[in-house]
Amino acid sequence: MAKEKIHEASKAEEKKQEMILFLSDSEEKEHFLSKGNRKLLTDPLDDNNPITVQVLGICSALAITVQLEPALVMAIAVMGVMAFSNMIISMLRNLIPSRIRIIVQLVIVASLVILVDQILRAYAYDVSKQLSVFVGLIITNCIVMGRLEAFALGNGVYKSFLDGIGNAAGYGLILVIVAFFRELLGSGKLFGFEVLGHQGSTAAESTGLYAFGYENNGLMLLSPMALIVVGLLIWAQRARNRTLIEEN
Amino acid sequence: MELVNLFVRSIFIENMIFAYFLGMCSYLAVSKTVKTAVGLGAAVIFVLVVTVPINFLLDTYLLRPGALSWLGAEFKDVDLSFLSFIMFIAVIASMVQLVEMVVEKFAPALYGALGIFLPLIAVNCAILGGSLFMQQKNFLGISEAVTYGLGSGIGWFLAILAIAAIREKIAYSNVPAPLKGLGITFIITGLMALGFMSFMGIKL
Amino acid sequence: MEEKGVQKTNSNGYTFMFAIILVVVVASVLAFTATSLQPTQRENVRQEKMQNILATVGIETDRPGAKVLYDKYIIEQLALNSEGDVDESVDAFEVDLSKELKKDDDKQIFPLYIAEVEGEKYYILPLRGNGLWNAIFGYISLKDDINTVKGATFDHVGETPGLGAEITKEWFREAFADEKVLDENGNMVGVSVVKGNNGPSKDDNKVDAISGATITGDGVSDMISERLKRYIPYFKKQGDIKVAIK
Repeated sequence: MAKEKIHEASKAEEKKQEMILFLSDSEEKEHFLSKGNRKLLTDPLDDNNPITVQVLGICSALAITVQLEPALVMAIAVMGVMAFSNMIISMLRNLIPSRIRIIVQLVIVASLVILVDQILRAYAYDVSKQLSVFVGLIITNCIVMGRLEAFALGNGVYKSFLDGIGNAAGYGLILVIVAFFRELLGSGKLFGFEVLGHQGSTAAESTGLYAFGYENNGLMLLSPMALIVVGLLIWAQRARNRTLIEEN
Repeated sequence: MELVNLFVRSIFIENMIFAYFLGMCSYLAVSKTVKTAVGLGAAVIFVLVVTVPINFLLDTYLLRPGALSWLGAEFKDVDLSFLSFIMFIAVIASMVQLVEMVVEKFAPALYGALGIFLPLIAVNCAILGGSLFMQQKNFLGISEAVTYGLGSGIGWFLAILAIAAIREKIAYSNVPAPLKGLGITFIITGLMALGFMSFMGIKL
Repeated sequence: MEEKGVQKTNSNGYTFMFAIILVVVVASVLAFTATSLQPTQRENVRQEKMQNILATVGIETDRPGAKVLYDKYIIEQLALNSEGDVDESVDAFEVDLSKELKKDDDKQIFPLYIAEVEGEKYYILPLRGNGLWNAIFGYISLKDDINTVKGATFDHVGETPGLGAEITKEWFREAFADEKVLDENGNMVGVSVVKGNNGPSKDDNKVDAISGATITGDGVSDMISERLKRYIPYFKKQGDIKVAIK
């Protein structure tokens, strides 16, 4: 009995502190979309992109970029997980015992991922089949843990939320670009629509580009091409923004 | 024979890096020199060999639908599979912690060599990936799980060893400046993955 | 205040308490979501199975509509043992082939669905085998001569999109219609997936392969012939079926 009471008391206390933290954050003098906050959103899209610059979260990204639709769903799922895990960790940042910090983060991320997985299975069954184990791998997506450690533990709730959205968007952007090229060149489709015309079994039956003898590049469908496309993207980005070039 | 087949498949055909891109973060970050790559690779093999069978047992006797039937008939319909992500990651994190402590205590030299790589393994996608693929593959017995863990670990080890060796050499090559470092590593990995695709279709 | 906070969060008691609260909160949230979404998820899986079974006999439907049509057209679901006798104790629809395939041959259960569409009787057999990466599975339906294929559906766990994964596409499935599963001597050979089988012949037990997906195609061939052979004892016992199986 006594134990339960302590339980409840500390729970209540925790809630109160959460509230205080939450309120104090939103009372910050900064405007909601001030320059600093905007930067949180836009930086990860280019100059500080999680994939091409921070080198985080490549693991689960590339295996699902053969078509646009799963890539987009993956990007949205990661965005949801990142925004909320950043928010939750930021709310709890003064309460988490530092010794079990990593495991607390893992538990929170894992539960958010389970929620996403369950919801996909119930309401987007076909997509969840396509993503299969890669939903689960969001847990160990280094972006999520990386941003929790680097940002959410030291910043307010609203900023952490923006940081999560921004980084997930930067990650999603690369995913969608890679998927765009792979689906377009590999199967001549975008989101499953035949944008380059229809390929029949003979030239006479084909329409669009295929009528002129164009053929899909089957190589783009193979997984190694994802890596090569990302490599080329990095090349393009660094050729434009030379400050990112590595010394060695 | 089944086991040998699974072993070879998990090393070459279903290579964690070249087929599924799992564990890419540490693969890219720790592959600058061969020495560190060997250390991390060995640690990954070890953790995979330990965690895949443990998670297999958890999955078989606790998580999957009907797994609790050994407790009695009334538990036949219990389905705890929604907890599998969290259980797997908890096992992995605690195993990594345990391994770290054991190594520190009994093999301080090795501990010094592995250094910060050990704790990093907890968030290596290849480890969680190993357990998730194990679950998807419906293994029959624990020997299959051990074989799969060992095979995937060795596959990952080979991959990081190869890329580290190439990166040591490529440092002397005249790569276009914007492609240096990360960019060329991606492209090389892609080419290596294409090479590994030639293992496809090997049946033992 | 900051210092006090740090001290507090480092004590053993606090760490312990924090862990307990976290676990309780997380566990209850997850358990609640999982149990509330489980019926929808199970229904999805069941509906998809019905949808696939129906597709082999030419009835295309969306997932939500599958149940009604399934009840209308599928007249029998049988669970057969390796002798070809019906095992009444098993619900054929709930049989998990991935588990059956791992059992010894004589202990396996073979589900069989019988459909009646516009007066024609069809036998629908579930299939399961290995593709390049992982399991492939599907259904094939035979007309009541136990020779002519009515239709087939395929699905996979992780074949390469655009290559092996094309087995789910309509053009590949359609090629199976009207193919024969018995060779001219009456041996059960199934339908093989062969490269460059451009001939329209429906009597050669062959369909055209997907270019670049040889292994997945071989998997489909193996799976069909292996599974079909298992049902021979049952078909032989059916007196009213005129079968040429040897």
